[in-house]
Amino acid sequence: MQFNEPAGTNLFDSATIVGKDHTRIDGPLKVTGAAPYAYERHDVVEGQLYGYPVGATIGHGTITAMDTEAAKAAPGVRAVVTTLDIDPLELGMNNVARLFGGSEVMHYHQAIAVVVADSFEQARAAANLITVSYEEGEAVDYSLDAAFERMEGTGEPDTQYGDMEAAFSDGAVTIDQMYHTPGESHQMMEPFASIVDWSDGGDLTGWISNQMINWTHGSLATTLGINKERVRIESPYVGGGFGGKLWLRADTVLAALGSRAAGAPVKLALPRPMMMNNATHRSATVQRIRLAANPDGSLRGISHENVSYCLPGGRGENATAQTPLFYASEAMHVKNHLAEMPLPETADMRAPGEAAGLMALEIAMDEMAEALEMDPVAFRLANDTQVTPSNPDMPFSERHFAECLEQGAEAFGWDSSRPAPGSRREGDWLIGQGVAGAFRGALALPSGARAAIENGKLVIETDMTDIGTGSYTILAQTAAETMSLTMDDVEMRLGNSAYPVSSGSGGQFGAVSSSTGVYAACMALREKIAQQLGLEEATFADGQVGSGNERQSFLELDVEAVDSIQWGDFMGEFQKATFGAHFVEVGVNVYTGETRVRRMLAVCDAGRIINPVTARSQVIGGMVMGVGAALSEDMALDTGRGMFANHDLASYEVAVHADIPEQEVIFLDTLDDVASPLKAKGVGELGLCGVAAAVANAVYNATGIRLREYPLTLDLMLDQLPEV
Amino acid sequence: MKAFSYEKPTDAAAAAARAAEVEGAKFVAGGTNLLDLMKLQIEAPVHLIDVNGLGLDEITETDEGGLRIGTLVTNTTLMADDRIRRDYAVLTRAIAAGASGQLRNKATTGGNLLQRTRCPYFYDTAMPCNKRAPGSGCGALSEGAFSRQLGVIGTSESCIATHPSDMAVAMRALDAVVETVTPSGNTRQIPLEEFHLLPGDTPEQENALMDGELITHVVLPAPVGGVQSYHKVRDRASYAFALVSVALIRQPDGTGRVALGGVAPKPWRSAEADAELPNGARAVIAKLLEGANPTEENAFKITLAERTLAAMLKEA
Repeated sequence: MQFNEPAGTNLFDSATIVGKDHTRIDGPLKVTGAAPYAYERHDVVEGQLYGYPVGATIGHGTITAMDTEAAKAAPGVRAVVTTLDIDPLELGMNNVARLFGGSEVMHYHQAIAVVVADSFEQARAAANLITVSYEEGEAVDYSLDAAFERMEGTGEPDTQYGDMEAAFSDGAVTIDQMYHTPGESHQMMEPFASIVDWSDGGDLTGWISNQMINWTHGSLATTLGINKERVRIESPYVGGGFGGKLWLRADTVLAALGSRAAGAPVKLALPRPMMMNNATHRSATVQRIRLAANPDGSLRGISHENVSYCLPGGRGENATAQTPLFYASEAMHVKNHLAEMPLPETADMRAPGEAAGLMALEIAMDEMAEALEMDPVAFRLANDTQVTPSNPDMPFSERHFAECLEQGAEAFGWDSSRPAPGSRREGDWLIGQGVAGAFRGALALPSGARAAIENGKLVIETDMTDIGTGSYTILAQTAAETMSLTMDDVEMRLGNSAYPVSSGSGGQFGAVSSSTGVYAACMALREKIAQQLGLEEATFADGQVGSGNERQSFLELDVEAVDSIQWGDFMGEFQKATFGAHFVEVGVNVYTGETRVRRMLAVCDAGRIINPVTARSQVIGGMVMGVGAALSEDMALDTGRGMFANHDLASYEVAVHADIPEQEVIFLDTLDDVASPLKAKGVGELGLCGVAAAVANAVYNATGIRLREYPLTLDLMLDQLPEV
Repeated sequence: MKAFSYEKPTDAAAAAARAAEVEGAKFVAGGTNLLDLMKLQIEAPVHLIDVNGLGLDEITETDEGGLRIGTLVTNTTLMADDRIRRDYAVLTRAIAAGASGQLRNKATTGGNLLQRTRCPYFYDTAMPCNKRAPGSGCGALSEGAFSRQLGVIGTSESCIATHPSDMAVAMRALDAVVETVTPSGNTRQIPLEEFHLLPGDTPEQENALMDGELITHVVLPAPVGGVQSYHKVRDRASYAFALVSVALIRQPDGTGRVALGGVAPKPWRSAEADAELPNGARAVIAKLLEGANPTEENAFKITLAERTLAAMLKEA
């Protein structure tokens, strides 16, 4: 199916299933422990052995020797494979640090050995017996501030228009500040985990936990140097990914190498303390933002430069991603820099770019509103735009940012004449409110599916994954709606490389892309059914197909169709994005500086919401992640060693239940007929974008202390809080 | 985890004797800390003596009007005990501020006192740590290291780890006494003040227990009354170790006791600082943290302790 023009009126406009609340169809499996997650798939292949990884313990350098004698002799050990045993493996898609092979250590906890044994405990104990000698690499300056100073103003701007010099002169109100965001680790609940059967070194089957079946399928073949046809992977249930599981990771490679060496299937999970430094993470950023505005609040100039770190070939964290698209401005200068550092790999984490960028930009907007003596909601409204700021000929397909702000202000009880910073107090708590805008692109990728009638059911097969997002449910809704069936008539099969290639789950593109792919397959199936029954002008309604008054059920047929959605060029004439507004109230303890969120509201403009229940779950999850980003999450870099020291969940503090108060979500349920036939866009990342800045702005409103460095911990405030 | 043997004795003195007799033996009770450390091979006992069969799980009244807490009384049971809640409220509050419900259900009184530091360099076996591997150096004191959570006083050039317990901080304020049985079957009483050791040059020696000696009880003296409070400050609202915690017992006349957690290798209290209570938080903390030697990253703990105590004095 080609999507070559705006959707126009279609069956989703009179939908009875799509757009309605539906609890997860896979919920009962999950709450009864019956959903087969990768590490627990004891039944898929006989004779599974246990693998345990060994990580490098230097920041970077070279391995000079490894002694595995004791490990090989340890009880229960079947195989030991070290990185010195094989040549460096090819890099898979978007991997920039090799996952295994060779003597070079590119980052701390890079995998350097795998031990396979009869039991998990034996494998782990034996792994501890391996001794490694290193030649450490030269000392490195890990200062991102220094990198920013070095790189600022260099290179061709990514976006540059208007007269920046004029914008910042002649009576303009200006601000000019530096902002810092820390490294953040995905730390999804389910660790990286795989069972791989490559016992004979021939055909390989992997039961893994991964967001992107097709990418990882190809990467695994590339990395191991085998034909993709010989590889099959499954990932039907994923206990969270947040972007960490977009790529092939070490767990799968080590399980494969261990399996080949031991001649038996091997299961392996990355231990929690290895996840932070072995896998990818969101780079820290240093950002400088300069804003210039007219006294009436219209922006004259925006300058945003960012630096993040990465290994050579990496992408870091482009915190300027939203800036060229979010606010109208007469002139603009945007530049993203990358500083190469031998640190663990940086790559996509939920809302890559916008998450870190809005943490800074939306504080800057709050600061400018204050400088202008404007309400921060009104200031943002004054700079809303319906067209691309750098290219007025390119409109947004749909943009309801203003409604997000206005409805949010109303629902939250936002007081535009709210108390001055530091002036509202309840007992020991200073109370403040903050607002931030949310922006996240609305990408769509090609996505396919197979639709078939089998044994009286509509069966949908696609390699799409459900990473906790609700894919099973929304795709079943889409299929049922398209075929005029009920949810009970649909059987969903996801996450298998044997199924048609989908978009996968990532970048907030999964729901829109895969639902359209399922729609395409179902429309193709409708045609096949009509053909088989010899119907012209067939209509589908109430579980039946017919032409005129002749109606019949079609669930007895044996028929199938495969199709995929291809996105047409016309979409390039539009900017597609999602928008939101976050409102937050915090209390800051006047004595200790502890910040506790009291209530939160998100208003989301993300096209048609396919399922409000699962979408809300995504948004409140994003808001929780935003509270963590605001208040506690911080990968603590030991700059002497080039490693993140707080590499477990006791010391890398994500938000816990007690941190999360009342959360409300409002969906505008706007329809975007440029976005997809369902007129839907993604929403899973929007919920995170801007949250931390809303918290920071609320902290400022509560205390009068402007923090531009995350997390907003009490030590940054203690010397500025009122005397006690 | 290394392979280990296991036994479950029923007599405390016999358990202590066995622990002294078997080289590399350790006691295990709730296992909430030890088992984690064994999995990470930070601890590698060759023999575990499970003390859960020893009884020692009751709270009884002493002739002096205090309470004698069996070492196997769980944190949950202890904090919920009516007598503790009524007469030793600081202890209930401190325990409730620690860990999580599940952990408190398993964690025991004696085990809580013996838990190890959460210093990240202690936890990563690839890092130098004088406590874990004597003589290897202190990972947290090297250039560029992460020390925000670590100690500011009572530390040494060998180690700046803190003791992570909340319960022990309250017990220190209550002048608790640890009761033990030695391998030779004698009982011994060790004031909590003397129970935990400062690191000096030997941070691997964390307490006054001799080889094989087993904690059997913790004795609380007769109630001291006053307003008792515990304030634990942390970055997130729950399930985190203290940046700073303060146990306070304040009498109507303004005198009282103050103990700090999160700042030192042991619950931190001094008589001289207690004596400053009538003069306010600044005076107390100035005395209590006199000679503090923080890192750049954790110097805030001194201000934080003062401000936290000030908040509590306002209420008490």
